Formats: sequence, C-alpha cells, structure tokens
Amino acid sequence: MTEITPGADLLPEDAPAPVSRSQWWDVWDQFKTHKGAVLGLGFLVFITLFAAVGPVIWDVDPGKLDIRNKDVRPLYVALWDGDAKVSWTRPMGTDHLGRDIMANIMQGGRISLAVGWTAMILAILIGTTIGVVAGYFRRLDGLLMRFTDLVLALPLLPLLLVMMLLFRDPLRAAFGPENGIFILIVTGIGITSWMQTARIVRGDVMALKEREFVLAARSIGTPARRMITRHLLPNVLSPIMVSATLGLATAIITESALSFLGLGFPSDFPTWGKILFDSVDRMVAFPERVLFPGLAISLTVLSVNYIGDGLRDALDPRIRGL
Amino acid sequence: MLTFTIRRLLLSIPTLLFIAFVIFMLLELAPGDPMGQMPLTIPDEVKQRMREALGLGEPWYTRFALWLYQFFVVEPQYWIDNAFGTNFADGKQRIISFQSRAPVFDIIAQRMPQTLWVVGMSYIVGILIALPIGIISAYKQYSVFDQSGTFITMIGFSIPPFFTGPLLIVIFAVQLDWLPSIYDTTHVVRDWETFKFQIWQMVLPVMVLALQTTAQIARYMRASMLDNLGQDYVRTARAKGLSESIVVMKHVLRNSMIPVVTVIALGIPSIFGGAIITEQVFKVNGLGQLLILALQGADIPMVMTITFLLAVLIVLMNLIADILYGVLDPRIRYD
Amino acid sequence: MKLKTALLGAVATAAFAPMALADAHEGERGRDGEVKIIYWQAPSILNPFLSGGTKDVESASLIVEPLARYNPQGELIPWLVDEVPTVANGGVSEDLKSITWKITEGILWSDGTPFTSADVKFTYEYCTDPESGCAQVTKFEGVSSVETPDDLTVVVNFENETPFPYGPFVGGESPIIQAAQFADCMGARAPECTDQNFGPIGTGPFVVTDFRTNDVIQLEANENYRDPSKPAFATVTFKGGGDATAAGRAVMETGEFDYAWNLQLAPDVIASMEAGGLGTPVAGFGPLVERIMLNNTNPDPALGPDERAVIRPHPFLGEPAVYQAMSMAIDRPLLVEVGYGQAGKVTCNWVPAPEAVNSDTFTCDTQDIDGANALLDEAGFTDTDGDGVREVNGVPMRILYQTSTNAVRQDFQALIKEWWSEIGIEAELRNVDSSVFFGGDPGSPDTFQKFYADVEMYANTFNGTDPQSYLGNGLCDKAPSPATQWQGENISRFCDEEYDELHAALTQTADADERAAIARQLNDIIVSRGGMIPLVHRGRLSAHANSLGGVDLNVWDSELWNAADWYRTGDNR
Repeated sequence: MTEITPGADLLPEDAPAPVSRSQWWDVWDQFKTHKGAVLGLGFLVFITLFAAVGPVIWDVDPGKLDIRNKDVRPLYVALWDGDAKVSWTRPMGTDHLGRDIMANIMQGGRISLAVGWTAMILAILIGTTIGVVAGYFRRLDGLLMRFTDLVLALPLLPLLLVMMLLFRDPLRAAFGPENGIFILIVTGIGITSWMQTARIVRGDVMALKEREFVLAARSIGTPARRMITRHLLPNVLSPIMVSATLGLATAIITESALSFLGLGFPSDFPTWGKILFDSVDRMVAFPERVLFPGLAISLTVLSVNYIGDGLRDALDPRIRGL
Repeated sequence: MLTFTIRRLLLSIPTLLFIAFVIFMLLELAPGDPMGQMPLTIPDEVKQRMREALGLGEPWYTRFALWLYQFFVVEPQYWIDNAFGTNFADGKQRIISFQSRAPVFDIIAQRMPQTLWVVGMSYIVGILIALPIGIISAYKQYSVFDQSGTFITMIGFSIPPFFTGPLLIVIFAVQLDWLPSIYDTTHVVRDWETFKFQIWQMVLPVMVLALQTTAQIARYMRASMLDNLGQDYVRTARAKGLSESIVVMKHVLRNSMIPVVTVIALGIPSIFGGAIITEQVFKVNGLGQLLILALQGADIPMVMTITFLLAVLIVLMNLIADILYGVLDPRIRYD
Repeated sequence: MKLKTALLGAVATAAFAPMALADAHEGERGRDGEVKIIYWQAPSILNPFLSGGTKDVESASLIVEPLARYNPQGELIPWLVDEVPTVANGGVSEDLKSITWKITEGILWSDGTPFTSADVKFTYEYCTDPESGCAQVTKFEGVSSVETPDDLTVVVNFENETPFPYGPFVGGESPIIQAAQFADCMGARAPECTDQNFGPIGTGPFVVTDFRTNDVIQLEANENYRDPSKPAFATVTFKGGGDATAAGRAVMETGEFDYAWNLQLAPDVIASMEAGGLGTPVAGFGPLVERIMLNNTNPDPALGPDERAVIRPHPFLGEPAVYQAMSMAIDRPLLVEVGYGQAGKVTCNWVPAPEAVNSDTFTCDTQDIDGANALLDEAGFTDTDGDGVREVNGVPMRILYQTSTNAVRQDFQALIKEWWSEIGIEAELRNVDSSVFFGGDPGSPDTFQKFYADVEMYANTFNGTDPQSYLGNGLCDKAPSPATQWQGENISRFCDEEYDELHAALTQTADADERAAIARQLNDIIVSRGGMIPLVHRGRLSAHANSLGGVDLNVWDSELWNAADWYRTGDNR
C-alpha cells in the first residue's frame, strides 16, 4: 500500500516534535516555503482589511455626490501631467458624478469579496458533495448526473428572473433590502455554478475508487463515510482547488453581469465588477477607473490561486516529507 | 461498454423530455412579454391582440404539446421533404419565432457559420494552447515558464470580456487601425484575399474568447498532471528505464486527462450556446446574440428550441465523457 | 432606330454624369457605391405591421413608404401623393368625415408594376384584419371604410368627425405594402409569410437583397425609383446589434460605418468619440420626455393583490407640498449636463413639443432646496422623530424609486436620491431589466404598469404631431388595475374630473390653435396636480460620417426618411 493520504496515522514516525504540535504546524511550515502563496496570503489579508477596515479610516461616503469635484484624476497622474485635476483629499480621483473612487473600491470590495467567497464556497460544497456521492455510490450516479444535466441545460437568465419573482419580496421582508438581495444573488450564482466541479470530482472519484489503496481500505471494512473523508476527498483536492479559484473569479464577474441585467444589487451599491463595467466607456480618458477595480479583481483571484497552490503542496505529505 | 452506451442513450430520451418540460415551465413562470420591446406608443389593447395572434391566448399545456409536435414531427418531416422532395409536412406550421415570424431552424442555420468560425475556432485555439501550457507548467513546476503561464492565464481569466473586448478594440481598431471592430457576417470566403479578411476579422473575438478557455483548461491540466507526477507508478516507470517522454506523455498524461476531458466536454455545448458578451462586443451576431435577444424579447419558441438543442448536446457530451473515462482508465466500469 | 438612340443617350448620360455633376451631389443612380448604417438594436422583421419596434419601422422605411410623411420641422409633406389634403384645398370634407388622397401618377413598385389605390386599400384591409395582430392598428382607428374611385384616388371615410385625419397612411409607421405580394398573407396567415415579411416590395429607394433577422440587411438601389438620379448609393449594408458605444465608435472613431442611430450615451463619451474626427453627432427634438411618475395609489406591499397600487390615495404623495418640494429639489440643468448634453433640454412639461403645445406656465430650471424645505415645513411635514426623514401624518417619507436598467437612469437615480435626502425624503433605489419593466406580463411585480413603487422614472413620447391620444393617457378610466390585467396607459393613475372633461372637449375641436390651447391646459393640470414630475426633454442623437452628406435628422418620422437624398461628400469615395 503505497498510496499515502494526509492522515494523522503517519505523523508520529516523522514527527519527533512535542505532542502539542499538530499536523497543521507542519502544513504551515511547508506553506511558508512557497513564496507565491505567502505573497498571495499577504495580498488577500491586505485587500480584505482594505475593504473591511478601510471605510472606518477613510471616512468618505461612497455614494456622496460632489458634482463640482467630478472627474478628478488620481494623484499619480500629476507626476507627468502638471495640469491634471488632482486633489489630496481624493487620492484615487472621483467619477463622473464626483463620487470618491477609493471609497467606492473599498465599499465595492466588501460586497464583491463577500459575494465571491460565499457563492464560491456554496458552489464547491454542492459540487463536491454531488460529485463524491455520484462517483462513489453507483446507484445514485444515474440520478444525480441526470440532475446535473438538467441544471446545466437550464437557461440562467429566466432562472434568475423566476428566483427574483418568487423570493425577492419575502427575503426583503425577512432580511432587509440589502441582505435579502445578497442572499438571492449568492444563492443564484452558487446553485448555477457547481456542475463543473461535480462532474470533475465524480470522474476522479470513479477512477480512484478502483485504485489498490481504496480497494484495500474497503477490504478491511472501512465505512463509506471514512472512505470518503480519509481516502477520496484528499485525493481530489487539487481539481477542487482549481475549481475554487476559477469559481471565485467567475462569481465576482457574474455578479457584475447580473447588475448589468438589473438583477443584482441596486444601482447605488458599488461592486468591483459594476465599477469596472460602468467605466468601460470612459477607459481611454480615465484609465484609472478600469485599472483599480480590474487590478483588485485580478490580484484577488491570483492570490487565491497561489494560496491554493501553496496549500495543495503543503497538504501533500509526499512533498512535505521531503 | 456497448450495452452501457445503448442503455444511456435510451435513458436520455425521458431525461430530455423532462428537461424540455422544466425549461418550458421556467419560461412560463419567468416574467417577460414578447410585447415588452414594442414602443410605449402602441396601446395595450393592440398589444393584447398581437399576443393572441402569437398564440399566447392558449393555455400552457396546449402550447407545450404544440411545440413538442412541431419539434419532433413537423420539423423532421420538413427536412425529409427538403432532402427527398416528398410532401410529408404538407404546409404544416413550423416552429416560428415571435420576434421575426421566421422558422426558428432557418435562423439557427443562418447563425451557425459565424458561431462555428468564431466561438468554435477560439475553443480549438484555446485547447491547443492550454494543453502544452498545462503539461509543461506541471512538469517544470515553479519554473519561469510555469510562473508566467500561471500569471497570464489567471489575469486573463479574471478580467471579464466586457472589458478585454473594448480594450482590444481601442488598441487594435481605433489607435492602430489594424483590425476591424465590427464583424461582417455576410462575408463569404472565396479565395485567399477573402480568407485573409476572414482571419483578420476573427482575430479579436477569438483572442478574447480563447483567453478564457485557455486559462480554465490549462489550470485543470496542470493540477491533474501534478497529482499524477508524484505517484509511485511514475517512479516505477522511470525505474524501469522508460524514457522521460514516454513516462510523461503516455502514462502521466493519460491518467491526468479525466478532469480535462470533463471540462472540454462541458465546454462544447457552450460553443453552440455562443459567447453572449463577446458576440455583442464585436457584433458577431451568432447563436449567443440570438439567444440573448430571444430571452430579452420573451421569444419562447426560439429560447425553447435553442436551449433544448443545447440540452441534447449536454447530455450527449456528458455521455461521451463517461465513455472516454472508461477508455482512459480501463478500471472504471459502468456495469 | 429610336430605341437605339435612346439607349445610346442613356449610356452617354451614365458615362458623363459623375464627372459633370459630382460636386452638385447629383448624377446617375448608384454613383456613390455603398453606404453602411449601424443600428445597435437589430431589426428582426421588415414588415412594420407585424412589429412596432422602432428599429423595424425605420429599417423598413428604406423600402416601403407612406402617402405623406412629416419633415424634420414636424410639417406634413406629400410623399406618394400630389398634395396633402386639407379642408381648404377640398381634400378633407367639410364635415371632417372623409379625406381624399390623389396618388402621384407614374409611381412604380420595385418589381415594375404600377402603384395603385388598390394597394392602399389592401394595406388597410391587411392591418385591420382581426386575426393579424397588426401593431399599427391604431393608425386606422375610427376608419369606417377605404374607397378607391379610380386607380389614383383613395378616399378614407371615418365613423365620426375626425379633426385630425392624418392617421392612416401617414408617417413611417403606416406605409403601403403591395397587394399582389401580400394577398395570401391575410389574417392568421400573416406570420407564415416569411419571404414577404423579410423582403417586402416597396416604392422606396432601396430593395432588399439579403435579410438576416436580428443581424444584417443588404439592400440595393431600386431600379424603378421615381427619381432617376436617386438614390446616390448603389447598395446599403444595414448592420444591427451590439451596443450604442460600439456603434458610435464605428462611425466617429474607426470610420467603418457611415450612420449610427440613437446613441444614448453620456455627453462626455460622445464628445470623446467626436474627437476621433471621422463623424459628427446630430440631435433633434421630438416630444420625448424623461419623467418621474408619481403613484396616485397606495403601493404598500402589505396590501392584497387586488388593493396594492389600486386603492387611493397614496399616503403622502398626493399632498401638493410634497410633490412640489420633490420637483423643486431637482437640479434639472445638471441632469441634462450629466445625462444628455446636447441631446437634452430642461422641461417642466409633459408635452414639450411641437412648439404650439409647449406650455410656458411653469419654470423649473433652478434648484431650490431651501424653498422645498420651507414648503414642507410650512405644510407641517416635519421630522418628528429626529431620524432625518420627515413624517406626513405619522408616515415617514420613505419611497421606493424604480426605473429600468440603463446607465444614464442609474446616474439620475443617484443624483435625485441625494437631492431628496436633503429635503428629508429617503429613497430606496431599484432598477429592473427593461424587458421586464416595459413588458406587460401581469405575473411580474416589476412592470411599470403595475407600479409597485412610489415613484418610477422612464421616458415616453407619441408619433406624429397631434397629442390628442397621448393626452388621453391621463384619463381616469385608463388606469391599469387587476380588472384590466394591469393594462392601461395611465401609469400614475392620475384621476381628475376637470381633466377628463377638457380632454372630451379636445376630441370635438377642429381648430388647430384651440386644440393647442386645450393641450397646454391639460399638460398644466397633470403637472400641477401631482401626476408626474417632468425632468428632461430628450432629443434623438445620431451620428453620421463626415463623408456622408444629405442627412437631415427627423424625429417626427423615420430617421432614414430621406435616405434617397444621401450622398458621398468630398472625394466622392
């Protein structure tokens, strides 16, 4: 039995460390050696703090219109263009209605990050569960995969319109207009983006199930639940990580597409995707308006990707052992 | 395997009928009105009469049955008539779009060329770029190639086409004036010159779309390769003295293909679903644009037909993926 | 021999005309090659009777034509007839019950057959067939019969006195189709005639060679067009789809297209495109007004489906002080600057055009937040609980403000929300996908007709120059309700006895000046009694390439009304 899973069973051998030192310390040690992952984690912490704590320090209302100070350029433009309209009180400039861009990026980050993470986690949870169950239990495979085909075939726009129709008012009454729409959007994105993960996980699980170590584990009577959590899940972790990274980007962008269709947040709620979308028409005259939200989305996705890589390496005992 | 395939094919008939039913009910429930895009200057009574002329006065089950009849009986009859000059269809009503009052299948056929040229081509280009990137990135993990590949593909994936499209237009069509910003769907390729023009006008949309495909497939390829490169059978194969290229390209690649095959198979129906935003940005007016206009205009026969055809493709492609799993890894059995 | 001479003559003219006449923009047909038009909404059908969409009506206007149409000044001009019939020239009967059109001799369909009164009569029968679902049937409202005494005379008889008899066969929405072509497409068979609907035979300057629905139309010059020197262009490529930004860019920045329709873009975006130097934006003003409708009923979600947005009154929007203050708090010049630039004007009126019916009762071009606050204080609507929101009889002034999804409308929402907050009114914003918002689906809570909100913003207009039926949108019995499946044009549910009586008087008045005076009064009543808050008089902004001459933007009829007169300027390329 050569296949090794990241389980606690093997640790005592190569861990002369004190008992209190859990396997997670080893994971962390290994993780730290991955430069990209550390940088990514640093950026993610920064952007999260920027969005979460930023508005407390930078106390400007993102919705506040100041039409006299519209189209202010960010500070750095003054470096090469002495005549540019810049202002120290507006470090990233203002938009065409005089709203502060920095405040909007912060506020937008809160919503985009929240939507992105929640929708992605939801999609990964549903996808992984359905994928593992379908791959492992042959009896359920047909039913679950036909269900996946059905959801894949549903046109997204009418589906969201119907959800809007049925649930918007009850959710608004129960959680208030902002939280209500948040739940709706996150659920909408989550339940329409798990299918790829499910099919990938199922494919891998079907192959793993026939491998020797699984057969061996089954032959000693390991129950299904332990089989899945101990032996199968750890081995499909890397495609799940990829799905998660791609899913985060997709969720942030899908949210902006929904706002574009009038199905997302009300227009006075900035999100990164929406700021980017609204600024495309003016990208030649005001490149910063597409640059800031674009960078925020890309760098977030990139850092999650590197963290995923780092975690994958750190959780892989074959690498960690070296 | 053959019995499995036949069983699945038979099983897909009720599945597809059920999917058709669910899609129809969804469209029924969704708010939307074929008269929604008429100007407000047309009074409501007139709009009501127009709705009735479209057959919307009938109850839903009548309309669903009519669609099924037209899709499975009238349309095939019509094709047979066209092919053999027979007269089965006998002037029966085909599926007619609400917006244009033209047979839905004729419009779909009209849209197919540009969709295949642009979206299909970008998919092929995307896969052809992605597979080597994924393989090399995994084999030389954390090399410069891997790092830059990761960086570019992830940036490419996280920037939405509604931004990359106009950006490329501003650079290549407005500033440099190299490429057209608007796709000419009436262009016919006859000779070398027209072929060159066709390539020119495809460059920008294909670039935007290929970026998305490449990023996705390359990431899955890399992750899956990495998983397999660390396995013991690789060590064994190397120890046996097999050459490095055989180890990687034959053993590792074959075992790493399962997630990639899944992703590629899932992507093929979406080629035919078109690329809604990119088609709109470059005015390719393929199936994606057709579908989104039909959705916005509540053109139920059109939406129903396109989504159902996509459902057929999805079911077929997933079946093919399942068969390929068995080919790639003979231990997978479906009996 | 004679024929040969004639042929030689024709060849000679063809050979020499371009050199001699190029600068005078005249010459033989088809001398200027291809013209490319882009509409960001793609035409789906070329039969305007089966689709009332502007894109369809305007693209069809290159092919099929009405008897008379409006020019850019809003005046009626004869098109396929000798003159516009009036009471003075005897074309309209004294009792205002019939109108006689005299078709110009020698007009041919593009297939070479003569255009006759029978075609006109057929068009009437085609559209009024109860089963056809004709979109332009209101054009024929009140028509009792159409007679054809001879091949070139058409008499339209009306059931009642019709002071404005220029509905049928006038304007781009009511063109004449060929009887021979559409004979088998009557009534329920109308939608089956795909070939006819995609390639109507017309009298206009161009003929369809290839129609791809929702994509592109290719046309060529009509060989049988009545003016042998027109059109100047041999072919037209009419591309549809995409978005307004790309269309504007293709004309003004890359020069790929010659004419872009209806560029609803922010003024600074238009200005930056114009800097591209290849094209020019042109604006024209019809009666289109962006307005905020005030709900005169109670849209409280707690009410049942038969009462919500049906029972009167609204908790506070009916108070004159409230809607006046809401209007005073709005900085209209700024809205124009932000949203429409040269394609917008400040207006306080519901019907700002034609000029004769534009009331001058109100002024609203300065924002007055203090005045609005004073007005509300005076009325006793103060903030009693200190939360920054005023109360009216204990009800806090929190309103739901909805509109369709559109960049300019969302900017307006943000600005107006801000201004209202300064006078103690809190607005929650909602934007709805326009296909849902303007769709009449009675099952959806988000249609503008259902009006499940306190205020909503959109734009509306009317065709032609006579506002009578448009003003009818303020009548009590046109209010949407569950009983009418939420259909009806009186969106704000405005109801005023005096208004209804005055409108009845309008339908009986024939004198043009008197009609205009009544129209102005009706406008004043609805604006001053809480029906709506007009915001911006919106124009139509299109753009043409600098090398395209002869464009005369027409907002009263199809924009492409004079495509026959378009030509290539300068290098004549």
